Amino acid sequence: MHNFTPYSALLGGLFIGLSALLLFVLIGRIAGITGIVAGMRLSLEPEARWRMYFVGGLLGGCWLAVQLGMPLPSAPQGSTLKVVMAGFLVGAGTVISNGCTSGHGVCGISRLSKRSIIATLVFMLSAMLTVWLVGS
Amino acid sequence: MKDLSALLAGLLFGLGLTVAQMTNPQKVLDFLDITRQWDASLALVMGSALVVAAIGYALRFKMRKPFYATGFNLPRRLKVDRSLILGSILFGVGWGMVGLCPGPAVASLVYATQPLLYFIIAMLIGMFVSKRLQSK
Repeated sequence: MHNFTPYSALLGGLFIGLSALLLFVLIGRIAGITGIVAGMRLSLEPEARWRMYFVGGLLGGCWLAVQLGMPLPSAPQGSTLKVVMAGFLVGAGTVISNGCTSGHGVCGISRLSKRSIIATLVFMLSAMLTVWLVGS
Repeated sequence: MKDLSALLAGLLFGLGLTVAQMTNPQKVLDFLDITRQWDASLALVMGSALVVAAIGYALRFKMRKPFYATGFNLPRRLKVDRSLILGSILFGVGWGMVGLCPGPAVASLVYATQPLLYFIIAMLIGMFVSKRLQSK
């Protein structure tokens, strides 16, 4: 297997799972990045504020991991047109289907939501097919 | 407390994504590339996240309400509909094109590169446009 990193993957997943657990038992929310980001507004109401804090933490967590010695995030590769098209499709698709890898893939499946299980199967297949056609 | 809870959950999420190297789009593409050099790491990230998150969602049957909110906020939609499938297909295509989904894209913003900024701006436009179309 190619560049397989089981330990960091399991540990990283543990942190992500713990994040979802805490967000739910503490404030009753689903840790779906699409839902949190797409619901952001410029306002100081509690409903808008917790989203900003979460996103701030998301950036801070990445920063912290790099300070602790994890590799820097890498930039997406390919032409600007390809990157922009991909970004648009990711944004539009996740809002239309109400979730992404976190909301459907992690949170939805772990609470056995039929919609999320199907969404995850569909976007995984669609992404694998795209990589097969376009190449990685 | 609500804001602090969200900040903590965000931190853990960003830390987890970076530790698991999901902020490296090539690693994600290598997972999606099942026919060539497969890297199964992403499956382990999801697996361990799922197990921990499942505990959180199961706790709702033991708790009357979250610690710092009046109730648990779960998606109300239960039916598998056309938009779930269509959105998931579109998301998968975008994800497979460059290997970025919303979580890692936003978390990586703290070490932003020009292509990443293009991706995020396009993603936010995609989210905004489809939200607009949905509310019509």
